[in-house]
Amino acid sequence: MPTLIKDGQVVDNLWCLLEKGVDMNAALSDKAEQIIVPFALWQDHKDTLMESSKKIAVWLDSEDDPYELANDVIDLPLICLNFPVFRDGRAFSAAVILRERLNYQGEIRAIGDVLRDQLCYMKKCGMDSFDLADGVNVENALHAFNDFSTSYMSTMEEPLPLFRRR
Amino acid sequence: MYNYDNYDKQMLQERIVQFRDQTRRFQAGELSTEQFLPLRLQNGLYIQRLAPMLRVAIPYGCLSSRQLRKLASISRDYDKGYAHFSTRQNIQYNWPILEQVPDLLAELAEVEMHAIQTSGNCIRNTTTDQFAGVAVDEIEDSRPWCEIIRQWSSFHPEFAYLPRKFKIAVCGTPNDQAATQVHDIGLYIKKDDNGEIGFQVLVGGGLGRTPVIGATICEFLPWQHLLTYLDAIMRIYNRFGRRDNKYKARIKILVKEIGAEAFREKVEAEWLHDKDGSATLTQDEVERCKGFFTDPDYQELDNTNQAIEDAAASDLLFSHWLERNVAPHKKSGYRIVNLCLKETGVAPGDITDTQMEFVADLADKYSFGEVRVTHEQNLVLTDVRLQDLYVVYKALKTESLATPYLGLINDIVCCPGGDFCSLANAKSIPIAESIQRRFEDFDVQKNIGDITLNISGCMNACGHHHVGNIGILGVDKKGAEFYQVTLGGSSDRDTSLGKVLGPSFAQAEMPDVMEKIINVYLENRQENENFLATYNRIGMEPYKEKVYANAD
Ligand code: SF4
Repeated sequence: MPTLIKDGQVVDNLWCLLEKGVDMNAALSDKAEQIIVPFALWQDHKDTLMESSKKIAVWLDSEDDPYELANDVIDLPLICLNFPVFRDGRAFSAAVILRERLNYQGEIRAIGDVLRDQLCYMKKCGMDSFDLADGVNVENALHAFNDFSTSYMSTMEEPLPLFRRR
Repeated sequence: MYNYDNYDKQMLQERIVQFRDQTRRFQAGELSTEQFLPLRLQNGLYIQRLAPMLRVAIPYGCLSSRQLRKLASISRDYDKGYAHFSTRQNIQYNWPILEQVPDLLAELAEVEMHAIQTSGNCIRNTTTDQFAGVAVDEIEDSRPWCEIIRQWSSFHPEFAYLPRKFKIAVCGTPNDQAATQVHDIGLYIKKDDNGEIGFQVLVGGGLGRTPVIGATICEFLPWQHLLTYLDAIMRIYNRFGRRDNKYKARIKILVKEIGAEAFREKVEAEWLHDKDGSATLTQDEVERCKGFFTDPDYQELDNTNQAIEDAAASDLLFSHWLERNVAPHKKSGYRIVNLCLKETGVAPGDITDTQMEFVADLADKYSFGEVRVTHEQNLVLTDVRLQDLYVVYKALKTESLATPYLGLINDIVCCPGGDFCSLANAKSIPIAESIQRRFEDFDVQKNIGDITLNISGCMNACGHHHVGNIGILGVDKKGAEFYQVTLGGSSDRDTSLGKVLGPSFAQAEMPDVMEKIINVYLENRQENENFLATYNRIGMEPYKEKVYANAD
């Protein structure tokens, strides 16, 4: 079973991610019980997906607008944010928007080109699980969350900026 | 000066540990070159033409003498005994060795310095007016606000992988010495009718390939909202700035493409969520930061001094220096002393280890131990007693730091160019030198008067050539180094972008070209008109005619 990092631990990944362009039939006949569907499929078939027997999550690519999930966050146990390449930083803002603006309480997972050296910042932006890119050593990556013990500014980890805590 | 507390120190140490490990993993092959690239850049490290280059942050240009001494010893121990002040108030080492960089950074940390976010696609060192806190006409000291922005922007987790680099300038004086309008965000400090502080917010200014003057998106932002508003701008930029083309990735392109008004609306909509949230600044925090920038122990002194006047009367060079390099101070009996790092034959902005130590000693003795760096690549002693000026002048002379041509044609702003920089199209330092040699005679310079001459070795415009009264840009013409000239730029409160004179020139032609341009000015100027004013009045044609007269 593939693994990922969640809440600071290595756990099994129970979710199956469906690539862009997948159609509804293929999605619903997938043998996995927990599927992560691309944003476009979710937008087009939200009701049908919710009525199916599967557990449904959604993944956003870096250009997708997280605000468009405003009415859906209550239904989604997991939202994934894709890093097409690690230096595309849009998902950092998407995570903040999901947490802060949309008050999303479920799991936010970083997927795609997820490398060790960005993990600490991802967590500070509100992501709480990490599906690491191929080749990244999971055990080593666990240390990355301790890179910085605090932050100057308000973060999802520590909503009070340092100047209100000093 | 701001003093680090345990939080600042801890985060800095954590960063050093982090980068040491990243460097180790890169050398062990665990990180690819591509993966290591943004990590080393966000720690100030470039791989240059001849060696790595390390850019060390000088927050808003303020240095203590202790820090300057450390910069000097580092240049001796890790480099070739000199360093270079950049046009962003930072300092650059041209010859460090990659393996030694973590040690070098640890040494910097001893004096609360670092190279964090001096490069890469993140929020860079915030810059300001070098006279902040001592300028006669200051509305508000910009340094505490810069410090607030420094902290907010340091290790900002959301904005470390922006589409492109991001520069913020703050200006608290009516005479803009910070080139505020050509920054990604420019902040003019204002006071409302009740004396409350606020900011005029400009976005989308910048030089480089597409020079743009920033557009105002907020006329008066009350100070409490500074950080939440900045967060909103950054979030809009991070999400919508172009990532498909490096040359279109700066915020200025986004602002241009959607229009300043649409950009403002997006920011305001985003800001509504954060406004009045926990990141809203508190009076306590502002007071705390202001507490680091209080006046030193000034004495009560007369604002005239007979001995200095006598010295000026008998020592012509000293009187030149007084006139050019010394500026009035808000406090009676004190003056601001500018050190021009533009000695002919030395790369503009370069300084040796011994000069740095010498300046540090002078600062301790005569200026409360503080030094400022200017974006014109000069240094400033902000608080020198009027009565000490002659002693200070004579001391500076012994280290070739008393060149009296601040703001004259030989006070050239110049990027490192093709001698060091791997992005360069052409060399810039030898051009500066050949022009300086042509105008070496001080009387000639003085007769020309106030002028700015800025040189960049490529389109990236680190030498700010677009906003020089005369701008010189190195271009590549079928593999040969050529130079394009622009006229009419300015980074003052009335910022303007220079216009291209015409076809570019070979290196050897440049001194003649400059002389012809200057002659057109001298022949046409009316009483008291400086170079820019004459250009603005007579336009480009006369310069063109003269320079290209015998072109065929
Ligand atoms: S302007 Fe070009 S040549 Fe000069 S320092 Fe910048 S990148 Fe290098």
